Parts: sequence; structure tokens; C-alpha cells
Amino acid sequence: MTLDEPRHLAEALRRRRYLISAWPWRALAYAVTTVPLAGVLAVGLFVVGAPLLAVVTAAQRGRPVALPLVVVLTVVALAAVAVAPLVSAPLAVVDRWRLGLVDGRPLPGPGVRGLAARYTTGAAWREVAYAAWLGGAVPLAYGMFALLVLLDVLLLAGPWVAGGTDRIVLGWTTVDSPRAAVPYAVAALLAVPGLGYLAGLLVAAQAGVARWLLGAPSDGPALREVTRSRARLVGAYEAERRRIERDVHDGAQPRLTSLTLQLGLARLDVPEDSPAAKPLAIAHEQAKELMVTLRRIVQGIRPQQLAELGLAGAVGELAARATVPVTVRAELTRPVPELVETTAWYVVSEALGNVARHAGATRAEVRLTRPDRRLVVEVEDDGRGGADPARGTGLTGLADRVAAVDGRLLLASPPGGPTLVRVELPCRP
Amino acid sequence: MPPVTRVVLAEDEVLLREGLVGLLTRFGFAVVAAVGTAPELLDAARAHRPELLVTDIRMPPEHRDDGLRAAVTLRAERPDLAVVVLSQHVQSGYAAALLDSGDGRRVGYLLKDRVADVAEFADTLRRVAAGGTAVDPDVVRHLLRRPRDPLAALSPREREVLALVAEGHSNGAIAARLHVTEAAVGKHVGNILTKLDLPPADDTNRRVLAVLAYLRAGR
Repeated sequence: MTLDEPRHLAEALRRRRYLISAWPWRALAYAVTTVPLAGVLAVGLFVVGAPLLAVVTAAQRGRPVALPLVVVLTVVALAAVAVAPLVSAPLAVVDRWRLGLVDGRPLPGPGVRGLAARYTTGAAWREVAYAAWLGGAVPLAYGMFALLVLLDVLLLAGPWVAGGTDRIVLGWTTVDSPRAAVPYAVAALLAVPGLGYLAGLLVAAQAGVARWLLGAPSDGPALREVTRSRARLVGAYEAERRRIERDVHDGAQPRLTSLTLQLGLARLDVPEDSPAAKPLAIAHEQAKELMVTLRRIVQGIRPQQLAELGLAGAVGELAARATVPVTVRAELTRPVPELVETTAWYVVSEALGNVARHAGATRAEVRLTRPDRRLVVEVEDDGRGGADPARGTGLTGLADRVAAVDGRLLLASPPGGPTLVRVELPCRP
Repeated sequence: MPPVTRVVLAEDEVLLREGLVGLLTRFGFAVVAAVGTAPELLDAARAHRPELLVTDIRMPPEHRDDGLRAAVTLRAERPDLAVVVLSQHVQSGYAAALLDSGDGRRVGYLLKDRVADVAEFADTLRRVAAGGTAVDPDVVRHLLRRPRDPLAALSPREREVLALVAEGHSNGAIAARLHVTEAAVGKHVGNILTKLDLPPADDTNRRVLAVLAYLRAGR
């Protein structure tokens, strides 16, 4: 399932093979690069916050606050506000780039241009908020986690460290012999994968906040508009195909049939030795050929069966026409939007075509299910496998068609088979 | 002179309907009603009680399989009513639905293209009206293209014969087409019936059952 890779850390954490994938290392890389950045910011925040701390302490003890301190505080606060957007801008650039370590999805910046915009746009102040968060909250979380790791290391080392005059003091008990330390060490060892997950969660949460604050909310609607218009284009294209199909099917086809019929009747009345007999026979044959041609064309424009039989029935007709026996299991308890229906039909048609051409299969199965807000189409064959989207255009063309309606195509085709094509199509009401 | 077959015709395209009326009249059928929608078809068939019904599958009001559904309804009311449905496309599901109505006799499923060969078309209608079964050669072909379990035992020649049986031809007509003797065809048919495990009974009906056997295998 090469197409089914998680795209970001939070998704990877939900996978069973998280700990043996590359994701923990990516999370580690992100965390390690966070430390110097967050460290510098924390020091900066402390410098800014120190006078404030002094004032608060003084006020708490009921002492009068010295005027110079108030002046310093005001100046420092104003300076911080003035400098913050300038400091946070390069930080935002670095961290947008850094986010790529744990999140493969593109993150376009808000595109704040000019010095004035640094102080007047919400996007710029969101970057300031991010800097404050990175310097304030993140070091605390990292500190807590570091303590946990230290504790775990200490417990692990317990059997070697404890004993003699050295004692390990835990919060609730004291370990003073290697033997007594062993259970703790075992527990600590068992906790290691948990720590791996905890680190992953920590980094994922951090990345989530970064995405939320550093993303471009102003550009969001525009991006959605782009995808919507792509779906609209596909919809318009399908509507046009349907119109052509209807025109041919309800207009041209019956007229041609009628014409051919009249030619056939005319032939009955023309004596065989008449000069008109031969051209009439030729015209009749050509009209018949044209009927076949036209029928093939209409069939290619839009699956007629879809309109007449619905998705399950039309897929059944496809199965009946396949070169190997095909079982169809359709559990469509909810209605399927028309555009999704058409896409699904093409998916099955193409996939069964591939089975016939390349798979060397003896049988195949098509499954249609309709979980909440999706239509899932699966086509499985017992052929030789080894289907590769990189070779040939069949699979990529299929993936394009699926992507146009925001669906995704997954493929499992190990050499030796079997091949499973799974397509998930969103069904919006 | 055989008695005139009374026909109700349903086709929504006016030109084609007129053409079909002309064809049927020309070949000695009496068209008692020619209508353009499925509800009209139901009314006309009930009012005129024809012997034969010829209808398009895709018809108003819904432009889906309205004509077929009307035909199946009428067959349920009158199992002796001969029905021939015309379709623009090969759809084995439709053929099977129609053949499942009643005992599978007096039914025909034809591609509209067949009306072009006017004499043959009229001949097919007569065979169905007389109690035969006629499945379009294209439907037969795509069902026979691959061996199916119940049919795997048949030899290629036997499959060929079964295809012609499905189209509604008599042993004599099949013999003429395959350039063999009628006795040879009879032997093939006997083998087919044995291989499909159809016990001896009324021979004509067994032929229909043989056709149904592989249509059902196709689903």
C-alpha cells in the first residue's frame, strides 16, 4: 500500500507500526531542533518578564513600587511589543520549513508584506503568539518530559547504581540494593515504548499548534475554492456528457432505426433486377452499420445502464460482460450522488478491464459498500499481481479521475498476487 | 390463411412507431393500438386484449425500464400474452427478468437494430406469438463468450446449437444454418438437455429451460 503512507505525525501515531517506522525519528529531529529555538526565546521572554516579576513580587509584599522600576517596565514592555513582530517573522519562516519534518502537507504562509503589515495584520500577530507560545509553554512541556526520561533512565540504571552506600530515593520509597532495583528497572524498560508515544504526542501537539498559528487563514477560502471549482468542472463535464448521450439516444438513434426500417421495407417492394435494387441494398447495409457504430459511441459517452439500473445493477452488467467470472457484492444502504456513481462505475469498468488485460486471473470480486459519508469500491482478483502505477497510464488515469471528486485510490499488488484496488469516494449530501 | 395476430405496440419515438406499424401491417399483423408511454401501454393492453405485445424498454414517464415493467405486469395478469421487448442496448439482466415472467415461453428480447432486417424481425415476432422464445443473438453471444459452470460440459458445437435454440429457431432452421442434417441437430439438442440435467418432458418446454439455465448462470 505505497499510496497509503501517513502524511503527518498525528496520522502516523494512529498506525500500529508507528514505533518501527521512520516517524519517531522525524519527531526526534523536530524536537531536537525545537530545543535551541525555544531556549533562546525562553531567555528573551525571561528578560522581558523579569521587571514584571519584580513589580508583581513587590506588590504582593505590600511594598511601594519604585518609580524607576515602573519606567523600566513600561519601556521594556513597549520595546517588546515593538520588536516582537520583527523577531517572530524569521522564526515563522524557519518553523514553517521545520514543520515539514513531521507534516508532509503543504503549509502556505500568509504572505505578510511590508513593515506596516507586520503591525496591522492578524496573521503577523498570530506569528507573535506562536513565538510567545514556543518560548513560554513549549520549554515547560519539554522540561516535564525530560524529567520523565531522566527518571526512567535512573530506574533502568538502578540495578547497577544501587547498593553499598548509594541509595536511590524515589518519592515514596527508597531502593538500596541491586535486587530491590530490578522490578523498577523492568517497569522502566516497559515504559520506554510509552515514552516514545508520549514524545510523539508531544511533538504532534506542538506541530498542530504551529500549523494552526502559522497557517494562512486568509488564503484558506481561496484554496477551498480551487478544489471546489475542480469538482464543479468535473460535474459540468459529466452533465455535458449526459446531455450528448440523451440527445443521441432519444433523438438520433430512433430516427436512424426508423430510417433503416423504412429502407428495409422499401427493399421488399423493389424487384431484384431493378436498377434501384443494388444502391438501395447498399444504403440499407450502411444504415445498419451506422446503427451499430452509433450504439458503441453512446455506450462510451455515459454508461446507459447506470441511468436505467442504478450503480449495483450497472456494475452487475459490467461483471456479466467480463472475461473471467466476477462476483458482485453490493451493500448500498444509502443513496450515492450521481457524480460519485459515475466515477465508481468507471473505476469498476477500468479495473475489470485491467484484470482482463494484465492480471492473468481466473476470477475477480467487486465489493461496493457505503459507510458514512463515503462510497468504497474494491476490486480484487486472484491474478499474478505486480501492478505498478509507475508503469502504464491505466492506474494513474484512474487515480486522476478519483482525485477529481476528492477521492483516493489505494493499491495492493504484490508480485504473485492477489491484486486489490480500493477506491474511496466522499459522498457529500 | 392463419388467423391475424392482434398486436399492441408501444414506442415513444413517433417516427419509429409509425415505421413499426407499417412493418407489422405489411407482414399481416393487426395493430390494434400504438401508444407512446407505459401507462398507455397498460391501458391499451387491458382494453384490447391483444395476442402480442411489442414494446420499447426505455419509455416515458420515467425513461428507465418503464416499458419492461409494464410488460412484466401484463404477463403476470395474462401468462398467455406474447411479449417482445426492444432495447437499445444489450442487457442480460433485462432479458432474464423478462424470461422469468411466466414459464419463459412467448417472450422475446431483441436489440432495436433487429427491426432493420424487416422480414427476419417479423418472422421472430411470429415465432414468439406461436409460443417460442427469442433472445437477441448479441445477448446470447456475450453470455456464451466464456464457459460458465453449468455450461462448461458443452462442446463448442453444442454451445452453437444452444445459441440458435435461444434465438428461437426450430431444429430444421438450425440444421439449415449450420449446414448439417436435422437429425444431427436433434442429437446435439438431446446431448445439451442431458448435460444440463433437464429430464425428458414436453420437448419444446425443455428447450426453453435450457435457454433459461444459461441465462440464469449469467447472473
